Amino acid sequence: MKTSPLSYMPGAQFGSRSSAAVADPSLRSAFRGAMDFLQAKRLAQFPDALELENLRLKGEAIRRYSLSRLPDLLEELERKLTANGIVVHWAETPDDANRIMLDIAQRHGARLIIKGKSMVSEEVGFNHAMEAAGIEALESDMGEFIVQLAGEAPSHIIMPAIHKTRQQIGQLFHEKLPGVPYTENVDELIRIGRKVLRGKFAEADIGLSGVNFAVAETGTLCLVENEGNGRMCTTVPRVHIAITGIEKVVEKLEHVPPLYTLLTRSATGQPVTTYLNLISGPRKPNEKDGPDEIHLILLDNGRTNAYADEQLRTTLQCIRCGACMNHCPVYARIGGHAYGTTYPGPIGAIISPHLLGLKATHNLVTASSLCGACSEVCPVRIPIPDLLIRLRAEAQAGSESATAIQGRGSAHSTLMTAIWRGWALMYGRPAIYRCATWLMSRFRALVPRSQGGWTSCRTPLKPAPRRLRDLLAQKNSGAKSRA
Amino acid sequence: MSARDRILARLRAAPVIAVAAPAMSETSECSEHAADSSVLVKRFADAMTAARTEIHFTDDAAWPNLLLRLAKEKKVNSLLIGTGTAHGDRLTALHPDSPRLLNYARPVSAWKSELFDGVDAGFTSARGGIAETGSLVLWPDEREPRLMSLVPPIHFVLLDAATIQPDLQTVMATQGWGRGLPTNVLLISGPSKTADIQQTLAYGAHGPKELIVLLVMPGLSQP
Repeated sequence: MKTSPLSYMPGAQFGSRSSAAVADPSLRSAFRGAMDFLQAKRLAQFPDALELENLRLKGEAIRRYSLSRLPDLLEELERKLTANGIVVHWAETPDDANRIMLDIAQRHGARLIIKGKSMVSEEVGFNHAMEAAGIEALESDMGEFIVQLAGEAPSHIIMPAIHKTRQQIGQLFHEKLPGVPYTENVDELIRIGRKVLRGKFAEADIGLSGVNFAVAETGTLCLVENEGNGRMCTTVPRVHIAITGIEKVVEKLEHVPPLYTLLTRSATGQPVTTYLNLISGPRKPNEKDGPDEIHLILLDNGRTNAYADEQLRTTLQCIRCGACMNHCPVYARIGGHAYGTTYPGPIGAIISPHLLGLKATHNLVTASSLCGACSEVCPVRIPIPDLLIRLRAEAQAGSESATAIQGRGSAHSTLMTAIWRGWALMYGRPAIYRCATWLMSRFRALVPRSQGGWTSCRTPLKPAPRRLRDLLAQKNSGAKSRA
Repeated sequence: MSARDRILARLRAAPVIAVAAPAMSETSECSEHAADSSVLVKRFADAMTAARTEIHFTDDAAWPNLLLRLAKEKKVNSLLIGTGTAHGDRLTALHPDSPRLLNYARPVSAWKSELFDGVDAGFTSARGGIAETGSLVLWPDEREPRLMSLVPPIHFVLLDAATIQPDLQTVMATQGWGRGLPTNVLLISGPSKTADIQQTLAYGAHGPKELIVLLVMPGLSQP
């Protein structure tokens, strides 16, 4: 499935994109295979259910505590980072963030920016903002590199090219990279990617990265990765720009190890990643490598809206492991692109309304059977189904309110409201209920054959010829007459 | 009002939810064996081997020749060493014919293309090890800069077995990381890898394809 270069596609087409994805057998099997693989690997990392529960409770406690002190911790982080020589910028919107980063790039006359994996950079549409200013932004994470080469967006927050087979990647490399013959050997494909990108690390003027955890007490940016491209991006170019959401801060360094182990085990079922890269400052005068300048962009983009509500604030506990999507029956069937948002799957459905407003995203919160698998595997115990129900209610709410989430009531339907009013009236008064059910059982033949979405793949709903009440009355009178 | 002030003002206007500081005292499975160094070393070696790291048990007298022998076996022609380190000086004093020893003596900008294309292996020390996850702790500095453990295709590491701790939490506490950190601290738990193509594991994505640890055991003294 080809995606538009935008990081967000209209929510109204969510249904048609989902239908197309469900009808694509190669996409279905790519996701099914990947989900089964990731689920099994995660499970193998948590053999002891009690240890897992304790660890999740600890992860939740750390994230909830960090959020409870968020404004203080952000100020402390800024103080410590500044003292360490890292320049801190604050951005309210994606445009603000891109303007700040473009300004840094232009000040250094940058032509090539080499990127480590950063979902926040996807969220703000960084690559396109740089492209528009004539600066090349090149992805260096193997999955992101593949997706960028194909002109697509990532379909998973951890494994961006999860929707592609190695045959498709071999063909892509053959078509897009000069002098590369077709191969479907994975080692060979990775060797090709390594060779192409190695020169780019050395050539790039600026390296861009995300942040997994920002530590307030020491002024440290923590980056988690396996490939080493993140280390390249943050070490080789003269300038390193890190971008992150304001929710990623923790108070103490000792809060990192439990979150780190939860992240790697939940995400890819690894006991640990190859690299944990802790950055606490630019190159010192006597050091021989590392960037001369480090900038951190702290992005709001709707996060303060989620923060303002006690229940919705739990969304910000997320450490972006992707376990919820790996275990989601909806994500497994429609894949990441159908959502049309930077963050797909269950976490995408609950974070996107804050980033983009409910008007654009109210369809996403309905894309769940509320089975609860996501909250069961969430390493920081985010109650995702509760949040989905809350957001559905917000989307249906009758009036726009200034304090609530943006786009509140945008899915409001007068017909649906009238139906539920009628339902409440009927179920609140026994006489009306009896009368209505009697009428329905008598006039059941009048039920329409087409019942909207329900009859697209099911037989029409029809009231029973006799009500339960009538059947029970008959049974009881029969029993009495026998007695 | 700046963006910073507006963001902070919105956060401060939100309801205050008091949450107690999390209890961090709990111990990991490995910390129960903190006193027994042989258990820690075994766990460390097993975890590192599982992540495809080569481990060689050696001692303080034998490691320089072991390193030279391994380098020869792996056809390493040029080996990058730090400047002004005791272990680097010991290698230099051996004046090996092969591999050719290179010093990371100049800023990276002065020899970037040579570093990226002309160095077969890097050799650094590690500040410590972590038994639970099989991780090396590196604090790159002016003597052993950051890229030594990243750019060359093979990374040799010298580790004193006595520095292996049960877990990351213990390393942070005993080394006092919370009081302040150097510009860069690294945990390395294997060779560079990726599973981004159809979940198939491939080594040597962007960093070293091979990670080789020379584990210096205190008990193994040469006669």
